[in-house]
Amino acid sequence: MKRFIGFVRKEFYHIYRDKRSLFILFGMPIAQILLFGFAITNEINKVEIAILDHAKDATTIEIIHKMASSKYFSINRYLDAESQVEGVFKQGKIKAVINFEKDFGEKLIKEGQSTIQVIADATDPNTANSITNYIQAIIQQYNQSINNNQAGSSQVFMQTHMAFNPEIKSVFMFVPGVMTIILMLVSAMMTSISITREKELGTMEILLVSPLKPFQVVLGKVVPYILLSIINAIIIVLLSIFIFKMPVQGSLILLGLESVLFIITSLSLGILISTIAETQQTAMMISLMGLMLPVILLSGFIFPISSMPLPLQLISNTIPAKWFIIIIKGIMLKGVGIAFIWKETAILIGMTLFFMGVSIYKYKIRLE
Amino acid sequence: MSEENVIKVVELTKKFGAFLAVDAISFEVKAGEIFGFLGANGAGKTTAMKMLIGISKPSSGEASVAGFDVYTQTELIKKNIGYMSQKFALYDDLTVRENITFFGGIYGLSRSTIKEKIKVLVADLKLENIIDQLVGALPLGWKQKLSFSVSLLHDPKIVFLDEPTGGVDPITRRQFWEMIYHAADKGTTIFVTTHYMDEAEYCDRVSIMVNGKIEAMDRPKRLKEQYEASNLNEVFLQLARNSNPE
Repeated sequence: MKRFIGFVRKEFYHIYRDKRSLFILFGMPIAQILLFGFAITNEINKVEIAILDHAKDATTIEIIHKMASSKYFSINRYLDAESQVEGVFKQGKIKAVINFEKDFGEKLIKEGQSTIQVIADATDPNTANSITNYIQAIIQQYNQSINNNQAGSSQVFMQTHMAFNPEIKSVFMFVPGVMTIILMLVSAMMTSISITREKELGTMEILLVSPLKPFQVVLGKVVPYILLSIINAIIIVLLSIFIFKMPVQGSLILLGLESVLFIITSLSLGILISTIAETQQTAMMISLMGLMLPVILLSGFIFPISSMPLPLQLISNTIPAKWFIIIIKGIMLKGVGIAFIWKETAILIGMTLFFMGVSIYKYKIRLE
Repeated sequence: MSEENVIKVVELTKKFGAFLAVDAISFEVKAGEIFGFLGANGAGKTTAMKMLIGISKPSSGEASVAGFDVYTQTELIKKNIGYMSQKFALYDDLTVRENITFFGGIYGLSRSTIKEKIKVLVADLKLENIIDQLVGALPLGWKQKLSFSVSLLHDPKIVFLDEPTGGVDPITRRQFWEMIYHAADKGTTIFVTTHYMDEAEYCDRVSIMVNGKIEAMDRPKRLKEQYEASNLNEVFLQLARNSNPE
């Protein structure tokens, strides 16, 4: 019995001293619960909307006020004409535009009905659906309130328009997400595994003793994966165009260049992982836990970022995939050019440089 | 054997934090010599060797390998040395021929030179039947012989062998040492670390490292006389006991 207790104690030492497994044991469940509890919700929260008010009368102001005072929406700006709608969507911040028809209040009194048009950015079908549901609820409340106060049967009707994705095909949302995941997987995971494999086999040492410079070794390792990833990206885009009939509104060349940028970002992340991990297993664990889960849960691929609590929104900013998904959704569905996505592009370039810098720094420490 | 010193080491030191892994060692190795670098595991052999082959920067001291400085000319050192590590290090999923071609390539050998080298190796080592087999399918003894041949592919002046015979049977070890003699006869300097003391007897000269310091260095025969021991293992145990009174 004493021997057994001693054995158990030793086992606890192993676990306690291995910070990584300690993190997996306790960090993972906490992270999962928090993610599933907060991020994974279709509720919306302070979604930015724009108002296009052709009537500007007491009724529209009252309805706008109801929307603004709910916790679901925040009014970002007022538009003057329909022609501005596409522009604000392309900038990406505003998720819906509320359009009040001309003489809205007058019609409501005289004809007993008037119409609100809700134009939602359906590149993210989940959010678009939630937005229209919430607005519908606000309008219903309003209808009830006016019918209680004054006898009669005045009704505000709602008409929805799903911009960019009128049939709200969810495949339009999944294609950018899947493309991101696959590029990330092939690039980051495969490079980190293949570099750590050399470390495990001892061949890395041989390579470092050879006249090859370290950057040549690393470059030699990543070039095949760059090519494979580019082929992957092409296959995914072709599949989505020809099988899912997903339109590519923007420039294919820009899409290609941005994909190459994201591939390089992922590769540099893979190289960084390989400087930390000593074995293939570790590299795979870090890639799966550290890359796949955040990409699936926090990149906005499945769950809208705008509905997440602030801390998770902040964390999502550190995930390269989030920015790439914004970029490819912009190019494929909205047809935007570089002018609308230069910021996201710059962020990806910055992240790439950061990952490479840290890898070089870690490598130098190893030499010292 | 010429009298030229191809490795010169003066007070070479490596610190990891407060720990002195290599403590001001000094020695010289002559061209064509088989120099045994002995010590227990953790004595600092591998650390010292890593500084000489240019993959670890010394904390202080001086050293030159093949006439090049270990601080400033590591690229030139790398071109002029061969290296075989204690971990077996050819690619299992490549054939023998592919491995030779790859390693020849990274040392800048031309295609025709590599073809020539493969021909010579096939004849010398009788590789006809295995040249196009995957390395992973070969027995360990074969792998080690191949690994050694690959480290000599670019005709280096010095070849560094880090525990080259770990885990193989005595007969294969004997064969391996015949290959080492053969290379040394052709003028290659051999720098070999090992903790097999019987193997050390094959060396022209050995140094014995204990706790980061070189405690003894001479011909195996002279060391045995000096310590009145019948074999090097006894010499080694005496040295280890003296520095570690327990």
